[in-house]
Amino acid sequence: MSLNDIVFIALAGITLLAALGVVLSRNIIHSALFLVLTFLGVAGIYFQLNAGFVGLVQIMVYAGAISVLIIFAIMLVMDVEPDQTNLFNQSTPTIMAGGYVSVLLAAGLAGAIWFTKWPLSAVQVGDQGVEKLAGMLLGPYVVSFEVAAILLLVAVFGAILLAKGVEDK
Amino acid sequence: MILQNILQNAWLIPFLPFLTFALIGLFMHRWPKLSAALSIAMIAVSFVLSVMVALVVFGNAEGVVYETATRWLSMPGLRVDMGLLIDPLTAVMLLVVTLVALLVQIYSLGYMHGDPGLASYYAYQSIFAGSMLGLVVANNFGQIFVFWELVGLCSYLLIGFWFGRNSAKEAAKKAFITNRVGDFGFLLGILFLQVIFGTLNFSELAAAIPAYANSGILIGISILLFFGPVGKSAQFPLHVWLPDAMEGPTPVSALIHAATMVAAGVYLIARAMFIFNTSAPTMTLIATIGGFTALFAASIALVQNDIKRILAYSTLSQLGYMVMAMGIGAMTAGMFHLMTHAFFKSLLFLGAGSVIHALHDEQDIWKMGNLSKKMPVTTWTFVIGALALSGIPPLSGFWSKDEILLGAFAGGHIGLYILGTLVAFMTAFYMFRLIFVAFFGKNTAGEHAHESPAVMTVPLIILAVISVLAGFVGSPLMNNAFAHYVTFAGAVHHEANLTVMAVSAVIALAGIYLAYLVYQKQVIDHAALKIRFRGLYNLLYHKYYIDECYAWLIKHFIDGSAKILEWFDLYVINGAVNAIAAVTGRSGYALRYTENGQVQSYALYMFAGIVVLLVSALCAVFSALA
Amino acid sequence: MIGLAHYLIFASLLFGIGMFGVLSKRNAIAVLMSVELMLNAVNINFVAIEKFVTPGTGLGHTIALFVIVVAAAEVAVGLALIISIYRHKKSVNLNDFNLLKW
Repeated sequence: MSLNDIVFIALAGITLLAALGVVLSRNIIHSALFLVLTFLGVAGIYFQLNAGFVGLVQIMVYAGAISVLIIFAIMLVMDVEPDQTNLFNQSTPTIMAGGYVSVLLAAGLAGAIWFTKWPLSAVQVGDQGVEKLAGMLLGPYVVSFEVAAILLLVAVFGAILLAKGVEDK
Repeated sequence: MILQNILQNAWLIPFLPFLTFALIGLFMHRWPKLSAALSIAMIAVSFVLSVMVALVVFGNAEGVVYETATRWLSMPGLRVDMGLLIDPLTAVMLLVVTLVALLVQIYSLGYMHGDPGLASYYAYQSIFAGSMLGLVVANNFGQIFVFWELVGLCSYLLIGFWFGRNSAKEAAKKAFITNRVGDFGFLLGILFLQVIFGTLNFSELAAAIPAYANSGILIGISILLFFGPVGKSAQFPLHVWLPDAMEGPTPVSALIHAATMVAAGVYLIARAMFIFNTSAPTMTLIATIGGFTALFAASIALVQNDIKRILAYSTLSQLGYMVMAMGIGAMTAGMFHLMTHAFFKSLLFLGAGSVIHALHDEQDIWKMGNLSKKMPVTTWTFVIGALALSGIPPLSGFWSKDEILLGAFAGGHIGLYILGTLVAFMTAFYMFRLIFVAFFGKNTAGEHAHESPAVMTVPLIILAVISVLAGFVGSPLMNNAFAHYVTFAGAVHHEANLTVMAVSAVIALAGIYLAYLVYQKQVIDHAALKIRFRGLYNLLYHKYYIDECYAWLIKHFIDGSAKILEWFDLYVINGAVNAIAAVTGRSGYALRYTENGQVQSYALYMFAGIVVLLVSALCAVFSALA
Repeated sequence: MIGLAHYLIFASLLFGIGMFGVLSKRNAIAVLMSVELMLNAVNINFVAIEKFVTPGTGLGHTIALFVIVVAAAEVAVGLALIISIYRHKKSVNLNDFNLLKW
């Protein structure tokens, strides 16, 4: 068992536990904090996979911006006791069905992954940094890049408009 | 050269009235006077062209036959041409149709004066003239059928011209539906011809037909084809529409329901004689139906009181004569009678219209009387028409009727000859009953009548002159000129027989004299006769209860089967459709509760679907590996 | 030895947890957070496959970046919607949002 393996097991364990915490907490603030932990764990996994830049973006966008956004939204809409903010659905059969479906899907995927013969590559390369990504984003994927920029712009406008609401005349 | 040119341009004769119809219908319906003027001018041009065609055709000692055609409709197994066939038969019909149409349209200026629908009246008149002329010049059965239906449509439109009157609407529908029965058989016959011989062209058919002479299939086809004339020429048992058609304006009755359209059936028999002639049973059937209709209609005409209905039954009777002539092979005589009848019967109808117009739409002859003083022109032209119809020499009706009787007599059809002579007697009697009651009676109802304007009397005078003279072209005095041209190869012409002539003339005079005794001198009291023979009188007055029989049949059989079909439609066909709809609706009603508005339940269905797909894919993969 | 399969199985477990959250939580914001978990699981797949199957091309990283961008936009609009709905219904409980039913 190499150090790499131990790091992966630790990161994966923390991430999964944090994810469970997101789903199972009764207080939505706790859920949000567990979500930050999950994002950080995933970022660690990225670092371990030699994807330093993606990991950094993960930390900045997800663990930074999105989490803050979610916590602000929670504060805006929270109007009951904190312990009552993140309950399960009223209908137990729905929860049961959701649980079955989720477990079945995860198990099925795991089985499929385990028995698939992956076309692994023997090449080993280290972290290539940001140059490679820049080459991709400004080269073959430049149109997608610009479209993503427009999408963000539109999303910002839409979010402002929706959150502000239309004034009644 | 001029000969070729006029024949090549003969398509203008039917085309001009059609053009008039389009112009009036599209642009000129707001100016009724202008529409009328255009319509009359166009039909006049057609008439002049027809005269030129006739001059060319009869200028040649043997008669000219000219045929041309253009493809109209072509598909596998069916080819319909729009053609032009000019031969002596066509030339005669062109002359008759354009001349009568022209005079009737001029007459209508007076009769229809001030009618709010004048523009559409002339539009209908034009399309009728165009269709009738198109029918006459047709060189194949497909074209004939198209124009045949078009004249039927015009008949419908013009009978129902005063559609505000319920009786006119009913009469128009009756005419149209009754004709459908005949046209159904006619169309079937045409389709059989197409299927068996692969062509509808007359000359091509004439070449192919003799091989099938007297075969069962040809007998069937010819009887089916005869259905068309039975409907259009109002032969028994489809005659019921023609008397009711008198609801239309009187000039229409004169043009369509006396002179031209109803003669189309006779013309068709003459044109298709090459088919009928090869089937002896069909000829017998045609002669029998024609003879029966002649007698049957004449007997009804004896007791009717409506001036137009008397003339309508007279028309039926005379059409029966023509059809009978066709049936005994005397096609020349039939066409000759068609021509003379067109002139004197349109004269009679226009005269009746003049009377009706003067008496403000009074049609009952018993409410007329003593009109001869007030309306001399109408009276004397009417008398000339009646004399011609009765067959008094030397007027036109005498010559043509004599030809038919001669054909029957010389052809060995003695029964039909006696029947024809009897009908001639009845014809003379009912015509002069009408004249003595309406024009010379002592009744003073006609005191306020006044003579019609010149626009109406001039056509009457012209027609009267023609009615006197038209017979000579076919008389022995002119060497039977008519028969020389309008003839059919299978027919033989019989030498004039003075006995037949004398008998028919004497019997007509006897009929007139009897009418004089009964209705003018009143030596015999007609009211007493009416009571004495009450049963017979009622039978005739109610037209042998044919309409009532049809109504009873329709009520009990057609309505009954319609009810069964309605039930079938409602409960079986509709039921099946409704059941499918109900099942779909109910299942939708039940399944809609899955749409509960909960986003999470939708997501659950979606993921459950993905799981099912995943599991089944895994099962497939593992079973393939194992 | 930890290989590609371990990463992918880890991702599918994360995905399953996120999915359970989406299907069973009552609070709309919690559902949105669970959706983020699922998106992260997908991203891990891309990055892991980049390393083990197509090393050195940068493809997986590029797609992961796009996913992050789209997820950011989605969160912004989703939260705005939730706030907007909350303003009308005074609730973020998904069970109350059943306008679109029979």
